[in-house]
Amino acid sequence: MSFFNLVAQGVLLGGYYALLACGLSLMFGVMRIINLAHGDLAILAAFLVFSISDAFGLSPFLSLVGVLPIMAAVGWALQRGVLERSLRSGMLVPLLATFGLSIALENLLFEAYGADTRSLGGMIGDLAFDSYEVTSQFSVSYLAALIFALSVALLGGLSIFLKTTSLGRAIRATAEDPDTAELVGIDARAVYAVAAAIAVATVALAGVMLGMRATFDPYSGPMQLIFAFEAVVIGGIGSLWGTLTGGIMLGLAQSIGAAINPKWFLLAGHLTFLAVLGIRLFRDWARARGGLRSALGLGG
Amino acid sequence: MSLLSVDRLDVRHGLLQAVREVSFALEEGEVLALVGANGAGKSTLLRAIAGAHQPSAGSIAFDGADVTSMRAHKRVARGIALVPEGRRLFGDMSVEENLRVAMRVDRRGHWTLDRVMELFPMLIERRNSLAGNLSGGERQAAAIGRALLTNPRLLLLDEVSLGLAPVVVEQLYKSMTSLLEGGATLILVEQELNRALSVATRVLCMLEGKIVLDGPAKAMSRELIVDAYFGLRRAAVQGLR
Repeated sequence: MSFFNLVAQGVLLGGYYALLACGLSLMFGVMRIINLAHGDLAILAAFLVFSISDAFGLSPFLSLVGVLPIMAAVGWALQRGVLERSLRSGMLVPLLATFGLSIALENLLFEAYGADTRSLGGMIGDLAFDSYEVTSQFSVSYLAALIFALSVALLGGLSIFLKTTSLGRAIRATAEDPDTAELVGIDARAVYAVAAAIAVATVALAGVMLGMRATFDPYSGPMQLIFAFEAVVIGGIGSLWGTLTGGIMLGLAQSIGAAINPKWFLLAGHLTFLAVLGIRLFRDWARARGGLRSALGLGG
Repeated sequence: MSLLSVDRLDVRHGLLQAVREVSFALEEGEVLALVGANGAGKSTLLRAIAGAHQPSAGSIAFDGADVTSMRAHKRVARGIALVPEGRRLFGDMSVEENLRVAMRVDRRGHWTLDRVMELFPMLIERRNSLAGNLSGGERQAAAIGRALLTNPRLLLLDEVSLGLAPVVVEQLYKSMTSLLEGGATLILVEQELNRALSVATRVLCMLEGKIVLDGPAKAMSRELIVDAYFGLRRAAVQGLR
């Protein structure tokens, strides 16, 4: 039973990682940009919600409704003002630009809010700690279940949006070949800006969920970036459902690692990431040498 | 007023000047065959007209408006469509999705999804296949159909028959007969001279980035074009028009 509990908690945790990784996956899939400010944008959204809820006594969920469009606008402006220019100079420049943005955001948040650790947990009442007790050994936290459901709904919704709507098709076409997309009448730059807006809005959602389930401070961003990055890589780059799988695998690895030894929580996640990366590299290496058997010199 | 007028156009690929001071005008309803050897600058000229490649000097006017520095998607909205060399379909999307992408432009006109399918019946059963899995001829048909769905006033076709089996080329041209006879304005880059001459009303031959021969297709002998094609001296008979 406790193993079942372990797996369930790992999967639920994975839902959070998938939610967090969604925007990173989308931005990489569409624009080939790895946004190093990803985690910091999540923390920015958490602070915004914290400020609004604190000032007006609103529920963080209500504040989130106001913050989502703000963060979408931030994503749009980020693409139009910074990334679009830097994209013209190759792969490395957007990476450096978002790295710079990450440092600037962290320090601005530090200026504005100081070093105190905050949480939105205190503002959501019972939801922060209530859980549904399935058996005496196994209970599911309402918040974790909510985050998992949000994550599945978001990734599924985005998949359907990309698959079935006209704008979704335009995004996929632009992701595959922006020059040709322009030739069939798509404004590739506008599509990029829309994709960035969607991506940053999902990051905001993840940041606020982090704020509800745990604590954050101005320098929490990079750790979240690492989790998101690991989930994206484990699940396979550019695939939204893969991102969900990747998040769940990361969550499972961390939960199981922590059960063996509490110190292994982070380590098990990182090792899983490295193992997946290693297997992929090995597979490519073998494939380049005509398959596994001939690569290892087993075939006659 | 001409539908398209290109004036002293220079287009560069870095240090290489692919198109040199090219000027010509195209009237509505003309079918222009652009011929010339590999590297003569035909594709580059088409790409510059479509907006995929920014010229370094000169100007392009379409339907009376200067479009020289207009981005490609806006030119599509005005009625210029390019079927690029190598088809360039979106390989991760189905045939129908590839076609629907072009319908976002929302230029009303003769071409609808059904009419394109009618024009290229080979696409009907491939409707839901990934474009990446199509044969060469099917790809070319889908690429032409995609361009048609923007209901262009000027269609630019780059290397329609390149890499296709003769039978398939035959089939494609047969399909396009109605298009060609229907009064469409188009510029056609075609390696197969006979094929080009059979459909064109006018021939324009390029050599090393310059126009060396320009005249009505009827007045052209195969010999004349071949000479211009290879830059033989006899072809100094410019401006037959």
